[in-house]
Amino acid sequence: MFENLSERLSGVFDKLTSQGSLSEDDVKTALREVRVALLEADVSLPVARDFVKAVQERATGQAVTKSVTPGQQVVKIVHDELVNVLKGDTEDTELLKVDNPPAPILMVGLQGGGKTTTTAKLAKRLKEKQGKRVLMASLDVYRPAAMHQLEVLGQQIGVDTLPIVAGQKPADIAKRAKQQASMGGYDVYMLDTAGRLSIDDELMAEVEAVRDVTNPRETLLVVDGLTGQDAVNTAENFNDRIGISGVILTRMDGDGRGGAALSMRAVTGKPIKYVGLGEKMDAIEEFTPDRIAGRILGM
Amino acid sequence: GPRRVLDDEMLEQLEELLISTDMGVETSLRVTAAMAEGRFGQKLSSVEIKQLMAAEIARIMEPVATPMPLYQKTPQVILVVGVNGSGKTTTIGKLASQFRAAGKSVVIAAGDTFRAAAVEQLQVWGDRAGVPVLTAPEGSDPASLAFDAMTKAQESGADLLMIDTAGRLQNRADLMEELTKIVRVIQKKDPSAPHNTLLVLDATTGQNALNQVDAFQKLADVSGLVMTKLDGTARGGVLVSLADKYGLPIHAIGVGEQIDDLAPFDPKDFATALMGLED
Ligand SMILES: Nc1nc2c(ncn2[C@@H]2O[C@H](COP(=O)(O)OP(=O)(O)OP(=O)(O)O)[C@@H](O)[C@H]2O)c(=O)[nH]1
Ligand SMILES: Nc1nc2c(ncn2[C@@H]2O[C@H](COP(=O)(O)OP(=O)(O)OP(=O)(O)O)[C@@H](O)[C@H]2O)c(=O)[nH]1
Ligand SMILES: [K+]
Ligand SMILES: [Mg+2]
Ligand SMILES: [Mg+2]
Repeated sequence: MFENLSERLSGVFDKLTSQGSLSEDDVKTALREVRVALLEADVSLPVARDFVKAVQERATGQAVTKSVTPGQQVVKIVHDELVNVLKGDTEDTELLKVDNPPAPILMVGLQGGGKTTTTAKLAKRLKEKQGKRVLMASLDVYRPAAMHQLEVLGQQIGVDTLPIVAGQKPADIAKRAKQQASMGGYDVYMLDTAGRLSIDDELMAEVEAVRDVTNPRETLLVVDGLTGQDAVNTAENFNDRIGISGVILTRMDGDGRGGAALSMRAVTGKPIKYVGLGEKMDAIEEFTPDRIAGRILGM
Repeated sequence: GPRRVLDDEMLEQLEELLISTDMGVETSLRVTAAMAEGRFGQKLSSVEIKQLMAAEIARIMEPVATPMPLYQKTPQVILVVGVNGSGKTTTIGKLASQFRAAGKSVVIAAGDTFRAAAVEQLQVWGDRAGVPVLTAPEGSDPASLAFDAMTKAQESGADLLMIDTAGRLQNRADLMEELTKIVRVIQKKDPSAPHNTLLVLDATTGQNALNQVDAFQKLADVSGLVMTKLDGTARGGVLVSLADKYGLPIHAIGVGEQIDDLAPFDPKDFATALMGLED
């Protein structure tokens, strides 16, 4: 359905010889194609705009290497810049901060993004790869059977869940989780929250209250990897309101182009920590900027 | 407001406005060009332009805005499909409640035998809607549940049987095959079933919605669309591309998590909201 960037650019540069350097006009023409490619990959418009501008500055005047066509050269510049942005300057992108036990991890995001599933996947990882004792608590008092869903996943992966008490407010459940985690000698406690719209003032206030009683070591925004232009709103609103420490992109096992990765990184400045690659409890991997860059560009 | 000449620069701004609703580059260009035809060089205010754009979009959406058809045939079988987390189960609860209110007898089959607590979730919705939910143990074959549900719905003389399915990404061949198996098994009981196959799309989804429609259409013969989560900041502009390319009916939109938060698809309201012209 989508042409990849190399194909697009090969047409644009047919007229050029592979001599000399990239002129401002050459680069401009090429970057129009880059912009379309990014938008078709679901990169949010303002992010695509800024990105193209940055590449324009880097590419103009660059000497064209003999061994590649100008088109290939622009693709390389675009790809490298994409990796740069996706990587960011954060060093500690991989591991979650789980020192000072019990370390709270707060999971937030829109409805149906994959928070509950990802909570369990991360718990399993922390347990198996880092030998941590983890407690999971569902603070979702709205979605039918949400608490039960986390409980079942806990049983599947052999991780404890906080006993369900009906009628408690999310902040009170969080307090109870904190208490139980301290008394029970857990290393980490994970707080799965209900899905919420970023413009839902009441529910955003609710999760602020949860944050304030637990002071999370990590606040992870779980985002559907198939997200389109709305990614900027989600990133901006959740980050402004709650303050996130990282992003997890789910459903990257689909055939979406994953432009939301760039939007998330650019808007929040926070690292993408993991990508979800399926429904099974092992279907999660560390984020690799290289792979996502290629995917966004359709390469 | 102040009037400006409709020129290339303004067209570009309008294209970007549409792109930011997820309409996609191609469709955005086409819609803008159609609006501008015969108007280039005219002086228009930004509200006037947005109204013209909204009218153009409403014109495209008009033919696909149709409620879910109800047939004489009982039980009418409604299969609900879509990718993970799009809102299938919730939408079934809302629809069941609306059908009940319209005096229909409804049965729901909990065909998601895979996801943790999917059955319990649907049971709550069944209770809310006052509709029985047929279940099978977690991990059992959804096709055999669908077969049993067909039998029970026929025996009990239900008007409607709604079948929930597990979320599946359209590029997962194995899961798509599981879906075609469900359809084959249903057809053993009634060759004309399913009478409606609803594809539930999430409004926050970007251009991948096109792939979703393409694949589910090919493998499950989708008869209509429901778009959920339009109460959020996502505009659902991809529906315009979909209307353009596939012309599938859009039956309803999800506008919240409560049982009454399902509205008919109204092309004018949709277009107005898309252009940010509400109020
Ligand atoms: N294919 C795929 N499915 C996923 C992935 N992560 C989660 N899911 C599925 O997406 C659906 C929604 O996941 P949940 O974990 O319930 O999402 P949630 O964010 O907790 O949803 P709410 O609590 O309703 O807001 C389920 O069907 C999951 O199995 C992923 O990486 N890939
Ligand atoms: N805001 C909003 N949330 C919705 C809407 N429809 C569904 N949801 C929420 O989206 C989440 C996922 O809904 P489900 O009905 O479980 O989705 P599903 O497609 O059945 O998910 P799987 O079975 O896991 O694939 C839940 O938190 C719902 O409450 C809607 O129209 N608006
Ligand atoms: K959309
Ligand atoms: Mg959840
Ligand atoms: Mg479901």
